[in-house]
Parts: sequence; structure tokens; C-alpha cells
Amino acid sequence: MEIFPSQGKAFAADDVVPALPLYGSAPPLEVRLEDFELFAIDRLRVLKGISDGLSRGKKPDEMEDLVVNLWKANMRHPQASEVLNKDIISHFVLRLVYCRTEELRKWFLSMETTLFRYRFRRETSEVQRALMAEFDIPYKAVSIAEYESVKEKLSQVARSMGQSLSSADAIFYKVPFEEVPELVASRRVFIQKGYAYVAMNQIVSLVVTQFRSNISRALVLTNRKWTSTIGEQEKDRLMPIVEALSVSYLGPDYSQPTEFEEISLKDIDQVAKSSFPLCMRHLFDKLREDHHLKHGGRMQLGLFLKGVGLNLDDALSFWKAEFSRKVGAERFDKEYAYGIRHNYGKEGKRTDYTPYSCQKIISSTPGVGDHHGCPYRHFSEENLRAALGKMGVGNRALEDVIDKVRNRHYQLACTLTFEAVHGSSCDAGINHPNQYFSDSQKILNSKVKQLS
Amino acid sequence: MTREEAEDSRDDMLIDGCEPQQRLDNAVPDGFDPNYLKVYYGKLFPHADIFKWMSYGNDGKHPGCDQSYFGRREFSFTLDNDIYLRFQSFNSASELENSIKEKCPFKIDIGPVYTVDPAKRHAYAQAGENVFTPVERELVFDIDITDYDDIRYCCSGADVCLDCWPLMTIAIKVIDTALRDDFGFNHILWVYSGRRGVHCWVCDGKARRLNNEQRAAIADYFRLYKGNENSNKKVSLVGPALHPFLVRSYIDVLKDFFEEKLLRSQNLFSNEERYEKILEMIPDESITSELRGKWQENRRSSISKEDINVVRWEQVKHLLQSGKQKAQGLRRCVEEIVFSFTYPRLDMEVSRHMNHLLKAPFCVHPKTGRVCVPIDPNHCEEFDPTSVPTLSKLLGELNMMGGLRAEGDNEWDRSSIGKSVSYFRSSFLQPLLKSCKEEIESSYGAKVQQSKNSMSW
Repeated sequence: MEIFPSQGKAFAADDVVPALPLYGSAPPLEVRLEDFELFAIDRLRVLKGISDGLSRGKKPDEMEDLVVNLWKANMRHPQASEVLNKDIISHFVLRLVYCRTEELRKWFLSMETTLFRYRFRRETSEVQRALMAEFDIPYKAVSIAEYESVKEKLSQVARSMGQSLSSADAIFYKVPFEEVPELVASRRVFIQKGYAYVAMNQIVSLVVTQFRSNISRALVLTNRKWTSTIGEQEKDRLMPIVEALSVSYLGPDYSQPTEFEEISLKDIDQVAKSSFPLCMRHLFDKLREDHHLKHGGRMQLGLFLKGVGLNLDDALSFWKAEFSRKVGAERFDKEYAYGIRHNYGKEGKRTDYTPYSCQKIISSTPGVGDHHGCPYRHFSEENLRAALGKMGVGNRALEDVIDKVRNRHYQLACTLTFEAVHGSSCDAGINHPNQYFSDSQKILNSKVKQLS
Repeated sequence: MTREEAEDSRDDMLIDGCEPQQRLDNAVPDGFDPNYLKVYYGKLFPHADIFKWMSYGNDGKHPGCDQSYFGRREFSFTLDNDIYLRFQSFNSASELENSIKEKCPFKIDIGPVYTVDPAKRHAYAQAGENVFTPVERELVFDIDITDYDDIRYCCSGADVCLDCWPLMTIAIKVIDTALRDDFGFNHILWVYSGRRGVHCWVCDGKARRLNNEQRAAIADYFRLYKGNENSNKKVSLVGPALHPFLVRSYIDVLKDFFEEKLLRSQNLFSNEERYEKILEMIPDESITSELRGKWQENRRSSISKEDINVVRWEQVKHLLQSGKQKAQGLRRCVEEIVFSFTYPRLDMEVSRHMNHLLKAPFCVHPKTGRVCVPIDPNHCEEFDPTSVPTLSKLLGELNMMGGLRAEGDNEWDRSSIGKSVSYFRSSFLQPLLKSCKEEIESSYGAKVQQSKNSMSW
């Protein structure tokens, strides 16, 4: 892909390409520098919209509508012939933007895969089969005889998803179960002796797995190229655009506490009460109460506290003070201290882990004995009401919050809670527990200043 | 209500090893003595078998064997004074054996096989990202009786008795059947964890090479128990039918177990607090109040010969499944209750990631002194955790036969872990090594063929 200043004219290769590209290799296109940025921003709007949809816990059908609408709203081009180019160019630009750290790659991969999934679902079965061929997926449909032998089980699976098995969907592909992990995870396929029977309308999972692993590999390669050559060559031209694109939409990751000085242990109960979002407040209270949290809770709260400005030494003594009351100081040192140092990048891979975002917390799946997750999503209504009452959310506001929760607008529910607790508005909305914290501190500090 | 109470009563399940020291000492009167452990590692621990297993056939002479394989496996030792030695690796059976005998670890954990020797990982750290990364690991499962504390009334925390242990037995049955019939795995080892649960090691080549996403998918396939400490619903079954795996588990194992055993052994309906827990799972108030009414008033009539738990369960079933209940959801309720009380609860984190450590079989649990012996899934109902040999018992046996000792490593044959070692060899290790050998030979054959083909071009 060549990038030209504005006078350059974009043109398409003559090959006929399907409307849903697989982004196998960068196209031989010339791109104007403005388009480079504008197309990327348009695509980012789509990906960001998908990310919001996912964090609201939208169901597949709702996601499909969302994706179609986002695509229509952002990815059109006045010239019909340019639509496909815009699609391809914007993808490759964002690849550059999002290849540079593990966190960015993960986000991009997940959003692009979701986008691809729902676009694929909209295609006709002819196009789908063509795409399968393009991916070189080697599986054949099961024979009539084999189909008959497992028909009853297949129909059980179909009914378990509220569908029925008509002879029209009698096309099943038999694939090693490892190829369709998402279908296995949600028990949407019949599995026998290591093989999953994938229905024609589930082929998307097979294709998506392939798509995902291709893009994942490509991102790592792009990163290598970027650091070794492109980054240096493009220091003045593309680099600024790329840098700007990656922060402007994802927001800060709160891995470095910057805005406020470190918080100290003696203040922690006070700030927990005044400035922690409910998800962290709940974990914090449970920890004080039970002197223990399971793994998921330790990660969610631990990284949050790191982002808030608790340094490693204080973090160790904070967790130790609680855990040792339950398991003894010795066992704490032996089994739990490692994990805390690990979070601060002092053990194992030595990655400095970033605090969890709302999206990550909302999509977590707390199980028995777990207290992590997003209270707006994972609490029963009764428990949520009680917890909000404890935070001091008044009746009217409480009903508004519950109303948002019922419509699965968890982050909006959290935003309303913020506003109710602080008595001032939060226009940007809550996207990150550490953002909740820092916004809260800003408000409280300015109140203190006013008083003095 | 009593949500808070229920939560309070569950507090102690969150953690192991925090119970009063007293009780444990009583459980093992002779104590857990590091000197005993030394003798155990010296005479009884099956070092060679562990080495054979962890080599997966790569210790052979066949040119297809990967000689570096065993040396890239992480072992981790927990020593007497709580010193934790991670990333230990060994290049031969004798290195492994000598190190165990010398360090006398209280606990041995087994980790993944890495790209490079884990003991030298720092040397590779400069070479860039991902040079030191796990490449193979058995698919493992960990089931812990403490995760059932909200539904067992006989014990809590780390305690286990013969009334609640059967929950582990049926967990083995459900998971083992699915691993074999659904996922097509053959080389599966179940091990008693030494105190309060079971571990499962799936060792087929295909299982060892699964990536994290695929591991998580299998764990999720088994996951039914949704909801957390702050939401009500524990098991929720939706849709007009159940997945064939759940149907099979329900019909073959869970239903009978619930009705024939658990109802009575845990007295699930015997008092108000207990039956309220079950009524909570029924979303229809007219039904719950009808049942509650019956059970609160009719104390006298229930002094019949029939067990009160059985009678009340029949009443629940009758009301929920009677012709009047058109709503699918209510009929499903009976199954939801049974699943809630019986379905296996896995520790998901253990299975999801390649680099999770798991305690090696034949270790001795430092709190109970019991040996982590294999459990035969075909006869798992015969397994009795309270009669698993302890360190002191084994040492006693060794002393008894001290005089008669013949040369060689045959101490097992006469001690009470002999049966466990020979089960491990004949039912697990031998078939596993046979298939490893075949796999090595065939993949080597394919490689040779391939290079021949490319040569001829």
C-alpha cells in the first residue's frame, strides 16, 4: 500500500473481490494522506461502537443490527467503487495503529473479529461457501448415513438453543472440536469422540476462528516490521497520525497513576468510601469482612489499587494485613505475595499489568465464591438495591439506575450512580473504574478547595 | 431473608488450611514427620514411573524421540520451611530422583513443558518476547469439596466424610464419561488430592497441545453453575431441551444419585432453612406457598415411615410436573434443583491456562499425611478417602517387613500403596506409553516421507 500526499489519485485493482475482504495482504493501492486518517477514524467509530455494544452485554441478534447500522453510518463512500477500498485501507491503517502493544492488539483483534463475524452472518450461503473456500477450510459435509445416525442428538442440540432441525439444514460439517472453541464453550454443538457437528448456520464460528488467527499472526508481524523499519522511516509522516489514533479512541489505560500523588494506607478506607466505584467498593468491603478474596477479585481490586496509586510495598502490607487474619502471614507470603508482585511486574513475565476496564469487568464471569465482576450486571436486583442504598443513592436515582440495568446499560447505570453520589454530572460517562476514581477525586478536591 | 446468613455460613469455604490446627493434629496422631517423608521418597515414591510418564515416550531410542522433552518440563518444590522453588528442571530420571531425595519437598507440583529449559529461562529473556513460553501441558481439572459448601450439611471447609464424598464420585463419573465419549480422550488419570478433592490429568497428545482458548472452551462446556455470591440463580437451564451431554449426565448419574442418596444423606428437606433454599429456586409463588404451607402445618402427618426428605421431594416434583404446569420453565425446575445439588463444580482457573501448576500424584498431603493415590474411574464409588494410606501407616508397614527385605525396588508390592502403583502402571502408564510410541513413530515416518518427497523434486 502506497501512501501519497493529497494530489495522488486513488484507484482500485481490477480484480473482482468479494464484498467481505479477508485482509490477507495489503492491497496495491495508492492512498491519499487525508484518506489514510479519515478512513481510519471512520473504522474506529465502528469498532468503538462494537466495543460499547459488547460491554452492554448485547445479544447476538442485537449485535448484528448494531454492526450493520454502524457500518452503514460510517463506512460509506460517495463513490460506490471506493467502498471496498475504504474497508481495506482503513483496516490496514488500524493494524499499524493497534499492533504496537499486547493490550492494543487484543482489543483490535477482538473488535475486528466481532465485526467480521456479523458481516459474515449477513452474507448469503453461496458467498459464505466461497469465503470458506478462500480460507481453505478442508472439511466436508457429513454423509446422509452418518447424519441419520446422529440425527436425534443434533435435534436435541438444536432444541436446546430454541431452534428446530429441519431437513433443510441437514448440512453438517464434522470438525475436530478444537476448531470451534466458542461453539464447544456454549454447548451449541453435538460432540462425539472428539468431533463437533457444526451446522451450516454455525459455519461462521469455524471461519471466525480462522480469521482471528490470521489477523493475530499478522498483527505480530506488523509490529515487528513497525519497530524494525516503518516506524523509523515514517517518524515524521505517519507516526504522529498513528500515535494520535491509538490514544484518542481507546482512552488512557490507567497503568500509571499520574494525576494524584500516591495514596497511603491510612487514607485507603476513606477514599474507598468516597471515590471507589461499586465494583471496587464491594470487593474492598468483602476483603475487609472476609479477609480473603478469590483470584478474580484479587486481580480486579489489586490492579485497580495499583492504578489508584498504591505502591507495591503498601499493596503488600495492605493485602497481608487482611489475608493473614484468615490464612496466616506465612501462607500469605508463600502463596499470595507472588501474585501481587506479579501484578506490579516484579515476577514471571514482568509485564506491568494494566487495571481492568469496564468492558473487561462486565464481560467477566464470576462463579461460586466470587465477588468480582460488574455489580450492575452480576448482582441480583435485590442485592444491587441494597448495595446502592449503602452507597447513599437516594430513591429516585436508585430507580433510574435499576432502569438502566434492566436495559443492560451497565456503564450508564454506573454513571448515574456516580452522579447521585457526587451530586454533579459526569458527561463523559464511566468507562473505567480508575476513571471513576479520578473523576471523583477531582470533584472532591475542588469542593475542599472551595471550602478553604 | 437469609442471604446474608447463607453467605456468612459460607465464609469458611473460601480458603483451605485455615482451620484450627488442633483438629488436624488429631487426624494424624503420629504427625507428618519430614523424616518419614525422607524414607517415603527413598523407598516408596515411584520416581521412575513419574519420569516415564512425563517423558511421553521421548526417553526412547527411536530417532523421532525429542531428547530435550523431559528437561523442558517445570517441576516446582515446596520445602519444609515454606520455601517455594519454582522452575526446577531435570535431564534424566536419576536427576529427578536425586533431587527429590535430597530436597525432600513437602509438595511437588508439575507445570507445563516450555519452549526452553525453564531453569535457564533468564538466559533466554534477552532474546525477545515469547522465547520462554509453555508449549505443552496436560489438560487438568481440579474439583474441590469446599466449592459445595452451600449444599452439604455434614461438613464444611476442608472436612470430608462419607456422606459428602459421593459428590466427588459422581463428579468423576460425569466428567470422565464426557472426556472419553464427547472429546475422544483416552489417557485420563484421576488422583485423590490428599484431603478434600480430586485432580484429573488428561494426557493424550491432542490434549497436551491444546491452547488456552481451547482449554477454556472445554472447561466452559462443563460449566453449568452460573451466578456468583451476589446473584440468586445458581443453575439456569433455558431452552426447550437440554444439550445431549447434560441429558446423559442427568439420566445416567445425577437423578438417581440425588433421589437415592443425597436427599437422605444430606437431609435436604429436614428443616425450614434447608427447604427454603430449594423453594427459592422455584420462580412461582403460588407453588412455593402451597408447599411451604404443607410443610409448616403438617408436622404430625409427616411422622410416617417414609423419609421426610423423600416425601417432600415427591411433593415438589408432583406440583412442578403436574399437567397444570404448562410453562416449560417450571417443569425444568426439577432438573435445575437436581443439577444445583449434584452437578460437578470445577475450579475453572486451573483448567483454563497451560501454566497452572498441579500437585503431582503420589505426593503426601502435608496436613493429612495421606498419599495422593490414583482413583480408578470405573470403580470410583469404591474409593474411600478415609482409608487412603497415610505416611505413618506406610512407614509402619516398612518397619514390619524390614527384616524380610529383598534386594530391589519391590517394597510397593507389600505395602498398602502397592495396589495404587500397579493400577497407575497397568491401567494408565502402559497404554499411554504404547500410544506415545505409535505417535512418535508415525509422525517421524511422515516427516521422513516428506523430506524424501522434497528431495526427489
